[in-house]
Formats: sequence, structure tokens, C-alpha cells
Amino acid sequence: MKISVVKNILEANDRIAQENRAIFDEKGLVVFNLMSSPGAGKTSLLEKTIDGLKDHIRMGVIEGDIQSSHDAERIAQKGIPVVQINTGGACHLDGNMIRDTFKDFDFDDLDLLVVENVGNLVCPAEFQVGEDFKVMILSVTEGADKPSKYPLMFHESKVLLINKTDLLPYVDCDIEVIKKEALRINPRMTLFEISCKTGEGLDAWYSWLKETVENRRADLKGK
Amino acid sequence: MHEMSIAQSLIDILKEEMAKHGAGTLRSVRLHIGQLSAIVPDSLSFCFEVMTSDTEMEGAKLIIETIPLKGTCRECRLTFEIKDYTFECPECNSTEIDTIAGQNLSIVEMEVE
Repeated sequence: MKISVVKNILEANDRIAQENRAIFDEKGLVVFNLMSSPGAGKTSLLEKTIDGLKDHIRMGVIEGDIQSSHDAERIAQKGIPVVQINTGGACHLDGNMIRDTFKDFDFDDLDLLVVENVGNLVCPAEFQVGEDFKVMILSVTEGADKPSKYPLMFHESKVLLINKTDLLPYVDCDIEVIKKEALRINPRMTLFEISCKTGEGLDAWYSWLKETVENRRADLKGK
Repeated sequence: MHEMSIAQSLIDILKEEMAKHGAGTLRSVRLHIGQLSAIVPDSLSFCFEVMTSDTEMEGAKLIIETIPLKGTCRECRLTFEIKDYTFECPECNSTEIDTIAGQNLSIVEMEVE
């Protein structure tokens, strides 16, 4: 017997993600999902961003890693709320794992929650966690061919931060090619060139993020 | 390697559908996998095979069809195949493109006994 069933395979996760999103919206909390390959600079970006915006935005962080709490310890030193998730092998975070952290936060005391995903340029792009938008980092040491090799993440992300620009003189990477390729796959993407090491370019990212969080919170309050 | 999670979600849905239809054996499942999704069909089939051994789904065949990426231009309303992940209208060069196919992972049909 043939049964026709048209069902999205990821519907269970998508549903939980929507429920998470509804809770964030109700609390007026802006959430972004931060993704990149391992070592591109996700935690370094967060450390800088926490310092850069500490007088303007109350931030919390969920750290996703397969193992260890190194990243959560780094964020905790900045004195903001942080929860570490160890996926124990899974290559991405999902809606359920995020929901399990809710008890550890007081959302009324936060404006922005950042979900730092497991370092991986493939899988995290497929799983919603309830975020308002996705942000990705590509470091120049990874090479300019990455957008065309991993199109889904570039297509899904609202922002691309090209990190480690201080290393450009030493690596064979044409940053113009990264920008062109990323915009070919996602013409609406907002791009920033940054160096978490020297701080170059970070001010533009801080201003963008501050404005985006303020606008979104104003929208949510108006609802 | 998120194919393991995808296989688990797939099995959960299949189980539910089989119970709904009072089916005892699963023969085959037809899946549509969008070109833009980051799934490797062989690795999904492998995970499915491992995870269904010794269950009512053992031996079921996964028939996976890759669905090409298609978009509609918001400016000139042209529907076209998005080649090489270039989200630009081949007619009017607009980059306001709505993806209409090729991004989802879905079950479309199952054969049971």
C-alpha cells in the first residue's frame, strides 16, 4: 500500500524553534545564532562585542560545544550570564537544547541573547533554534572558496563577518572574492571586515548590532 | 554528520504514520531533498539503515530525489532554475528572489504493508 505523506522532516525541530521564538518575542529579547567553522573567532568576537556594547545592551550567551566548557569560562569572565551546552558528539545545536537552558536565564534582565553554535560550516545552518537572525564568521585563513563550497550557511545568514583581516598580507586569500561570492549566494547579506586581534572594523559591527537590537526591541514592544 | 539527526526525525515521523495506518512493515520511503540543503544522500541512507536494523523498518528502501533550486523574481515575476547558487534573475538581473523549491527536506510517499 502506498501512502502519500507530504511532511517536512525537520518539522519537530521547527516547531520547538517557533515555540522558543514566541517566548523570546514575548520577553522582548533579540536572539541571534552565531555560526562558523571551528577557530574562525566566534568566542573572540563575543568577548569584543560584550566589551564594546556593555553600556548599551544587556547580553547573555549560550555556548554550544561538543565537549568542554572553555568558551563559557571565557564569556563568564566578562561578567554576563552564560550557559554551556555540551552536545556530546552532535555537530549542531537544535531547538530542544536551547529550550533546556531557559531555566538558567532571567530573560527580563536581557536585551540580546547570542547562541554560539558548534563550530561547523555545514550542519548548524539546517537547524533553527528560535533565532531572529543568523550571523556567520569566515576568517580569511579559511580561503575565498568557502561561500561556493558551503552555500547554505551563506544563504541563510543575515550578516557575514570576515575576520582576521590582519592576516591578509600573509595568506593567499582575496577578500574581494569572498565578498563577491557571498553576495552572489545571498545578495541581501550585510558584510563587515573585522580583526578581533587588532579591533579594526569592529566599531561598524557594534553600531549595526546596537541599532538592530534597538529597532527589533521597539518592534516587539509595539506588538 | 547531521544526517544522524535527520534520520532520527525521519524515523519518528515514519513510526507515527505507520501506526496511523496500522502498517507492520515498511517497504520504501520517497524523500525530496532540496539542492540547497546540506544533506549527503549516501550518508543519510547509511544512518537510516543502521538505525532501523531490527525494527519494523529494517530493509526499507530510501528513494532520494534531489530537487533543483528554483526561484521567482519579485521584479519581473520570472520563475527560473537557480544555477550555481546565483540568486539573481537571468532576465532583469534583480536580486530580489524568492526561493520556491530546492530548500526543503520532505517525505513525500511511503510504501507499507
